[in-house]
Amino acid sequence: MTLDVLYFAWLRERIGLPSEAVETEAATVADLVAELSAREERYALAFADMAAVRVAVDQELRDLATPLAGAREVAFFPPMTGG
Amino acid sequence: MAIRVQTADFDIGSELAALRAGRRDIGALVSFTGLVRDLGGALRGIELEHYPAMTARALAGIEAEARGRWPLQASLVIHRFGQLAPGEQIMMVATAAEHRAAAFAAAEFLMDYLKSRAPFWKKETTATGEVWVDARAADAAALARWAPPS
Repeated sequence: MTLDVLYFAWLRERIGLPSEAVETEAATVADLVAELSAREERYALAFADMAAVRVAVDQELRDLATPLAGAREVAFFPPMTGG
Repeated sequence: MAIRVQTADFDIGSELAALRAGRRDIGALVSFTGLVRDLGGALRGIELEHYPAMTARALAGIEAEARGRWPLQASLVIHRFGQLAPGEQIMMVATAAEHRAAAFAAAEFLMDYLKSRAPFWKKETTATGEVWVDARAADAAALARWAPPS
């Protein structure tokens, strides 16, 4: 499947991209993180501390165990600081 | 009920006037405004980034949750993004109800949820560089005061 993967705030800066299309068979968010981290060091560095990373699947807040079957968009970002 | 995400500034007076225009049933109108706070003169400005597709959904969900919990007659959320200077307005919420308790509680609830559940990120620029603002433990604690959404 092809996923739109989005990065925000310092994840965007560390990875160096706002978004990319990723061809993957990852079953869960955790699998996708492992796959991206294995690609290049900038991903591994960005995902080094997953306690500091939040994830949304199709624009809903989810966690690492969330299955990706049927998903179209996955976003990674730090804890939110709006308001 | 209205939600706006924009770069432009807003005028609280006109927003509140529009919210209650032509109505005689509102007894309590509460508003909160968040401002860019200077760090003892050190802050040059902030940049607010957001996730547009998710922001609209998250804010609509938070507002719907507030309406399910309190008898609100009207509500408004405006949140800016982009570059903001110290002293500028970042966002506002307004809630209207027959009585003040619901209006106050709903406004506080909206703020607590917005802080930790709406996809916005602040980056501060000072003379020494740029730094992404960390989420505060106090904000998570404020959110935890409210029972989880049904």
